[in-house]
Amino acid sequence: MIGLGERVGASPPRVDGAAKVTGAARYVDDLQPPGCLVGRTVRSRVAHGVLRALERDPGFDWSDVTFVTAADVPGRNVVTLIEDDQPVLVPVGGTIRHHDEAVALVAAPTKEKAEAARAAVRLVVDPLPAIFTLDDALRAEVKLHGQDNVFKRFEVTRGDDVERALAACDVVVEGVYETGAQEQMYIEPQGMLAAWEGDTCHVTGSLQCPYYVHKALKVTLGLPAERVVITQAVTGGGFGGKEEYPSMIGAHAALLARAAGRPVKVVYERDEDVAATTKRHPSRVRHRLGLAKDGRMLAADVDVLFDGGAYATLTQVVLSRGVLHAAGPYRIPTVRIVGRALATNHPPHGAFRGFGAPQTTFAYERQTAKAARALGMDPVALRRLNLYRDGDVTATGQTLRGSVAAHPTLDRVVAQLEQPPPAGRRTLPQAPHVKRGRGVATYFHGSGFTGSGEERLKGQATVAVAADGVLEVRAGSTDMGQGATTTFAQIAATALDVHVSQVRVAQPSTDKVPDSGPTVASRTCMIVGGLVDQAARAVRSKLEAFAAEVGLAADDPARGDLPALARRWAAARGELAETHTYRPPAGIRWDDQTYRGDAYPVFGWAACAVDVAVDTDTWEVVVERCVHAVDVGKAINPTIVQGQIDGGTVQALGWALWESVQYREGKVLNDRMTNCIIPTAIEAPELETLLVEEPYAHGPFGAKGVGEIPMDGPGAAVASAVEDALGVAMDELPLLPEVVHRRVRAGRAGGAA
Amino acid sequence: MSGATPTRTPAPAWLRPATLADALAARAAHPDWLVVAGGTDVMVGSTRRPEPPGVLDLFGLAELSAITEGPDGLCVGAGATYAALLRHPTVRDRFPCLHEAAREVGALQIQARGTLGGNVQTSSPVGDTLPPLLALDAEVEVASAARGPRRVPYAAWITSYRKTALATDELLVAVHLPWPAPGTRQRWRKVGTRKAQAISKVMLAATARLEGDGPGRPGTIAHARVALGAVADRPVRLPTVEALLVGASPDPALAERVREAVRAAITPITDVRSTADYRREVAANLVARFVLDLAAPALPGADPGAGGAP
Repeated sequence: MIGLGERVGASPPRVDGAAKVTGAARYVDDLQPPGCLVGRTVRSRVAHGVLRALERDPGFDWSDVTFVTAADVPGRNVVTLIEDDQPVLVPVGGTIRHHDEAVALVAAPTKEKAEAARAAVRLVVDPLPAIFTLDDALRAEVKLHGQDNVFKRFEVTRGDDVERALAACDVVVEGVYETGAQEQMYIEPQGMLAAWEGDTCHVTGSLQCPYYVHKALKVTLGLPAERVVITQAVTGGGFGGKEEYPSMIGAHAALLARAAGRPVKVVYERDEDVAATTKRHPSRVRHRLGLAKDGRMLAADVDVLFDGGAYATLTQVVLSRGVLHAAGPYRIPTVRIVGRALATNHPPHGAFRGFGAPQTTFAYERQTAKAARALGMDPVALRRLNLYRDGDVTATGQTLRGSVAAHPTLDRVVAQLEQPPPAGRRTLPQAPHVKRGRGVATYFHGSGFTGSGEERLKGQATVAVAADGVLEVRAGSTDMGQGATTTFAQIAATALDVHVSQVRVAQPSTDKVPDSGPTVASRTCMIVGGLVDQAARAVRSKLEAFAAEVGLAADDPARGDLPALARRWAAARGELAETHTYRPPAGIRWDDQTYRGDAYPVFGWAACAVDVAVDTDTWEVVVERCVHAVDVGKAINPTIVQGQIDGGTVQALGWALWESVQYREGKVLNDRMTNCIIPTAIEAPELETLLVEEPYAHGPFGAKGVGEIPMDGPGAAVASAVEDALGVAMDELPLLPEVVHRRVRAGRAGGAA
Repeated sequence: MSGATPTRTPAPAWLRPATLADALAARAAHPDWLVVAGGTDVMVGSTRRPEPPGVLDLFGLAELSAITEGPDGLCVGAGATYAALLRHPTVRDRFPCLHEAAREVGALQIQARGTLGGNVQTSSPVGDTLPPLLALDAEVEVASAARGPRRVPYAAWITSYRKTALATDELLVAVHLPWPAPGTRQRWRKVGTRKAQAISKVMLAATARLEGDGPGRPGTIAHARVALGAVADRPVRLPTVEALLVGASPDPALAERVREAVRAAITPITDVRSTADYRREVAANLVARFVLDLAAPALPGADPGAGGAP
């Protein structure tokens, strides 16, 4: 029977931990089937242009090189996702739409030969004028998408006419907030390995969503579902960056392997990965917030612009989440939110932890800070006056029914701030040139897919007695380091009342596990974990009934030994598989046309306070304290959950202070870890992470999503803290020292904003 | 299908001489080979450079690794690692600005491999130990099999961007650091893209000696060296600023004059790591801070206000 230290709510060691610590875990680059070739990608060197020809150097020895172009695509030359606008390879005569876009592929026996072959391909391109800014995209003198370059527009309205409501407010705060691109910087670069067995294509690699790759490769290869098999290798981080792009690399590896008649592995170098794959959408949000003198928020008007990059990819879904969170966790009777995602000639921006919400959260929480100053109110008191409570109605008209922890998370942060800060933290000296400030943020994050997404997805998970008699969880959800395998094992073990070590979690492979939906959107634990729980309970009752059928007496201790019963079942009857399919809780309604209704099944809630010190000699910001309370419903494994929050918090601080992707003419300039800076342990403060558990009735053991919410709010808290320290508005991220310096100088020249 | 696939082409020729004489002979015989010590810089760029015809590997060569004290100063072998510099009590006590610079290079792994000679020969404008060599009036010793040793003042060592006075048959042997006069204060500040494992945006190495100072009396500056890194194609000394300092008393008015003089003395660039504006202002602030801190009483054995990080 399961021990107390393994149950849901305890923190047994990660089931994948030993293999990773000892180096036994096999990442895609560790896989080396006999005869495997090295694949490389020939990429565009302009951001926009017509590809006239591909010329291969006649002096180069091509005898052992496989060369693939768009002409070799057996199916449709698209990366199927939402809109089929992105080619797997730009065809001759077709249009290059961003720098480092894939135009051809080579494979050779060695890395050196493949690299040389890649360099021996010359592209003949007629350049076209390109767009690199939101303003140029809006002007639409160059048309990249339709007549207006708008990939997608969403509008959410609540209450009266927003202009009339703002006119009636005592105070209206207005601001424009900009955020930059952010690289996921997973420790393992992207990579896929393809091998054909007869007419079946097997692709294994570093990925989040095996069924996304499956769906895309069926189309590219023109194959029926059963002849494409996608398997996840051990994956070293994703953060959204391995949500859509693995479909592209998987297609490339499959095309090369098909042409070569041998396995081909395509593993990106870091510079190639940073230059070509997706990043967080740069944004500009204009926000007007109207309040009464007493601090009540009365009206909000929000205009959201995202730079979608060159192709539609997942941008519209990212925008949707940004828009749905743009009014914040506040009771505001009149709201208008308009969001537009624009086409540019940047490499496509895509999924990244938070998925649009960090950008709009930055805007509304900066607005809340400014409103407090405008009213002369304490920023915590202003929030307490407006934060949602159970039963409140959101901007989309969703009535919150239970599991609302906006106040409890803020209360926990305020209480923690009264405690002395942790020992051993890094601080700047007390000196006149060191300025200090504090910023607070409160926010929320919808768990699971937006709107009716979960109903459409119908995610499935299986718990089985496998043919070898082992209890097995089968889900299409992947572990990319975030702990999904351990979480599933713990949920199943608790439901089955067995040791965690007696449950096996199957390696996700499309021929072995059902489609649980993608491993995204803070849905893995709450949605798929719930299915695992239900399926495990079903297996348990079947095995208990089986015990009675085979004549075990009611008081026979063997009746409680589920692993033994499972082995007996397998010997007698073969496999037992219980598959459960997601059904939304009763009463959830969403209208995709009007964008009204229950935007998410439930929300997670969070509050964050940040203390900063700014050295005005260097304009460097040191985060001296970061208190972060996050409501997760129920922490299945508190150590894993805290790790998720700690990691997300540091990633958010990175976005706020250090992480800057720089483009010139659409080309990423800082494509290496030496210049594409992310924070290290020294930059990370001694995190004060607080778990709040406001259970969700329809989540496993009450659990909600936790993966993304820590990313949403610390950025605004940091900016507000720096503003508090220096008295100058800090309305953009990242606040590199150069940016702080520029804003202070502009603020001195023109008066503080 | 074939069996195991080769994943690398044959490696280039690789020589690891046991003595300095062998190394100098090999250098003369193969002037086009890549000379490697710790390899910390070479390896980062290796995927983007053509493979060299051969490699002359000097890492761990005993004759190049020693740190020895002489009557005129300290001789640091070109092969001394940052870790060796950090361990050496004399470096810590008498050359704190070099000690601090070594402490902020890369991570522990880099410090265990990377060498002072590597930094000096790579001669990057952002080499962390280079401004201290200017501020400490260092000399570089090189040698060749044909002509024996010679010394070059560090200030004349760099001839242009990443180019040095080293001849194609010479190897870098040592760096000589004259003993600073007693009472000399030293300052090191590195402003990087983050606090650790970062490439510098601005660096300051400065030394100054006060005369006639006592309780409540800062005295006047008798000697000053101010060197900046990452603000030009090579580390630079600021003679106009030094001239302002010598003979003056360190007070806020002097700090302001110095700030202006630094701004006027440098023309940094905007690149992927920082902006020209920022570099100029921060360089000016760091030097002004050094001047202001000179007015504070010196702490025994410590660099006054060596910087924020503990």
